[in-house]
Amino acid sequence: MTQQEPSAPVLDAQGVSKRFSAVVALRDASLVLNRGEVVALMGANGAGKSTFVKILTGALTPDTGHVLIRGKDAHVTSPAEARRSGLVPVYQEPSLIPDLDVADNLRLGNTPVEAFRHWVNALGITALRMDDMIGRLPLATLRILDLARALAAEPDVLLLDEMTAALPTDLVARVLKVAREQADAGRSIIYISHRFAEIAALCDRATVLRDGATVGSVKIEPGIEERIVEMMLGADHPQTAVAAKSLKAASQGTPRLALRGLAAGSRLNDVSFDLRQGEVLGVVALEGQGQDELFDVLAGNRRALAGTVAIDGQPASFRHPADAIASGLTFVPGDRSHALLMSRSVRENIALPLVARLSNWGAIPLRDEATRVTAAIERLQIDTRAQGEVRRLSGGNQQKVTIARWIAKGVRTLLLFDPTRGIDIRTKRQIYALVRDLAAQGAAVLFYTSELSEIRLACDRAVVIFNGRVVDVIDAADADEPTLMRAAYGLTEKERTA
Amino acid sequence: MSSTEIPVTRRLTRLMAENPLIPLILLLLALVLVLEIMQPGIVSPFWIGNTIKVAIPLAMLAACQTLTMLTGGIDLSAGTVATITAFVMATLAPLLGVPEAVVIGLACAVLAGAVNGFGIAICRVHPLIMSLGTGLIANGCLLVYQRYVIATGTIIPDTLVWLGTGRSFGIPNGLVVFIPFAALLIWGQKRTGFGRLLYAVGSNEPATRLSGVRSWQVYFALYTLSGLIAGLTGLILIGLVKTPSLSLALRLDLPSVAAAVVGGTSIFGGRGGYGGTIVGALILTVLTTMLTLLHMPEGARGILFGLIILAVTALYIRLTEKG
Repeated sequence: MTQQEPSAPVLDAQGVSKRFSAVVALRDASLVLNRGEVVALMGANGAGKSTFVKILTGALTPDTGHVLIRGKDAHVTSPAEARRSGLVPVYQEPSLIPDLDVADNLRLGNTPVEAFRHWVNALGITALRMDDMIGRLPLATLRILDLARALAAEPDVLLLDEMTAALPTDLVARVLKVAREQADAGRSIIYISHRFAEIAALCDRATVLRDGATVGSVKIEPGIEERIVEMMLGADHPQTAVAAKSLKAASQGTPRLALRGLAAGSRLNDVSFDLRQGEVLGVVALEGQGQDELFDVLAGNRRALAGTVAIDGQPASFRHPADAIASGLTFVPGDRSHALLMSRSVRENIALPLVARLSNWGAIPLRDEATRVTAAIERLQIDTRAQGEVRRLSGGNQQKVTIARWIAKGVRTLLLFDPTRGIDIRTKRQIYALVRDLAAQGAAVLFYTSELSEIRLACDRAVVIFNGRVVDVIDAADADEPTLMRAAYGLTEKERTA
Repeated sequence: MSSTEIPVTRRLTRLMAENPLIPLILLLLALVLVLEIMQPGIVSPFWIGNTIKVAIPLAMLAACQTLTMLTGGIDLSAGTVATITAFVMATLAPLLGVPEAVVIGLACAVLAGAVNGFGIAICRVHPLIMSLGTGLIANGCLLVYQRYVIATGTIIPDTLVWLGTGRSFGIPNGLVVFIPFAALLIWGQKRTGFGRLLYAVGSNEPATRLSGVRSWQVYFALYTLSGLIAGLTGLILIGLVKTPSLSLALRLDLPSVAAAVVGGTSIFGGRGGYGGTIVGALILTVLTTMLTLLHMPEGARGILFGLIILAVTALYIRLTEKG
């Protein structure tokens, strides 16, 4: 490793590994942080970033390796000890108690009030009262309060996890300015972000993780983004053959689903695209870029703040998921536990949408139900050996049940949110094949995936969302991983609508 | 040597897990056996008929608890609602005639159920609080009502007495109402869309929302139905007790919850069914008989009753808990 500094580094983590039963989360992670330095910690989905952060902050103990803070073998054994040792983290989810006011929250953490006030003002929040209830403050304010509290503790090392997500631009500028001043004053910062613009403006170095190991640490200089993307992807990202596709969906005619300027929550700002009949449209986005809100709005589970949704040319707005379903939009959430009745049978789970409406509350047409359920089970090849209770099925089979439900009901437009997360490769292939098959039969599929390689395997096109906006639309044929990764980090931004 | 024993016990456990009624019925038979040992000769066709007769109103009121508990709720107003229906019917019968009085009595029950439904489904009040409040308010209304009708006298219709206490060929007449009632519920809980939704909403309400279920409709219909069932129970009960009092069904309130719980319905929702509740009601009735035979003071009987219910429920859950 490079260590030109004469003095010992403030934080020195070497050879850190961690496994959770059979899963190796970290193999060989390292991070060196010198006094007054801002280092970006980067890595693609599943690179082990969050496990590494938990080890640095003491929330997890490593299996091997060491974490030195200020040269001493300050083996951090708990988050409290990490705080005492001078490392203070600021996480994405503010660690403030919603049912207490600001003053009480400060008291809980023994935060000096005067210093806290100073930082709150410096960060640009002026109208804060100490008796404001935390639960009533907007998320952006809470994140600033969390940061101010961390700064008031005068840490040697500050860990900022996606600090600028959910912040308006003026506050982002303030945060970056304060962070830079802190570094100039001799503090060290670990900065985790998906935004290259901020990394370029703030950081001195970037340390890159891939597959649980640190693959390098580079100095931030103009044009370094390409190098970092290459490091995150690795040299040998296998080019999987593009799956046989149906003919390109006709680009004429009314789209099945047309979004214009859709905004929701604090993350989804302005998304426009068309989804056509017979098309599988991929959605690519780093974590927290507004894709959750996008799918929630389309599923009728959340109201949009602005923008329009049109289905087959007719404007639509949904007050309840039942409205979206009536319009043919059916949603498979990313978390299976949000969709399944775990203690009920496979049959009851698949048949649930069939009895949802008031008009279907009477006697169940058992033969029709059995036909539909059996057909869906066969089509998805669900292993029904443990069909009495869904919770006894494997993860892959559970995921199939969440999709089978809509196959049994009849699919017009399917909204799949990361349907292959955490399931085996065979099931993944079956899901790609199913999605292609549905499209060939005239359905439209919106397919968010956190695995970039899936775009070529299952989709016709991909929209890339960054910071709540569509930043690129890429044909599946051109959607190799480096292209998608660069687009997902907002490096190729060319605003346009699909 | 254990190579044959382990599969046998395991098969037995699985059998019990898949048919939760089997251990319950075994428990009921065991209790009857203990009773026969305590007092030889007590178990006779007449005694069985009597036990069923007493268990019917309890089992009917426990239907309110079973259905609401399937969704993770409860109906603590059921006993009061049953009392109101019985009292209103008995006091209005001399003035308006029996059919009209029955209709008005049941209308009161449906109204109370709809109030519960409104609070729980639309205002999102917790069922425990809402039904408790509704029960208290309804009880207050009953006291006010009672002051105006005290002079009119009461009539208990012969049909209800026939249903509540009568026997034909040694078999309680109440079964004429109860068997269709139970059959309808047991069929309905599995084979109707509404029944399915009770289990579904009790298992994972957010998931049912994503599947297009408007759960407020389910809750509203459920608590209104629960009110109606409580009203029907009141009518059967007054045929059994034959005196309209202001505390007619109140003593059944908590036993009705106990019958559902002993019968294997989870208070957290999504599990159980009315079949178990019927056996649960029979078990509680036999237990009460047994404790009466012990010639213990009232307080000691209560303590023992509570302890036995806890033990039975714990044992039952242990037996039927699935891997």
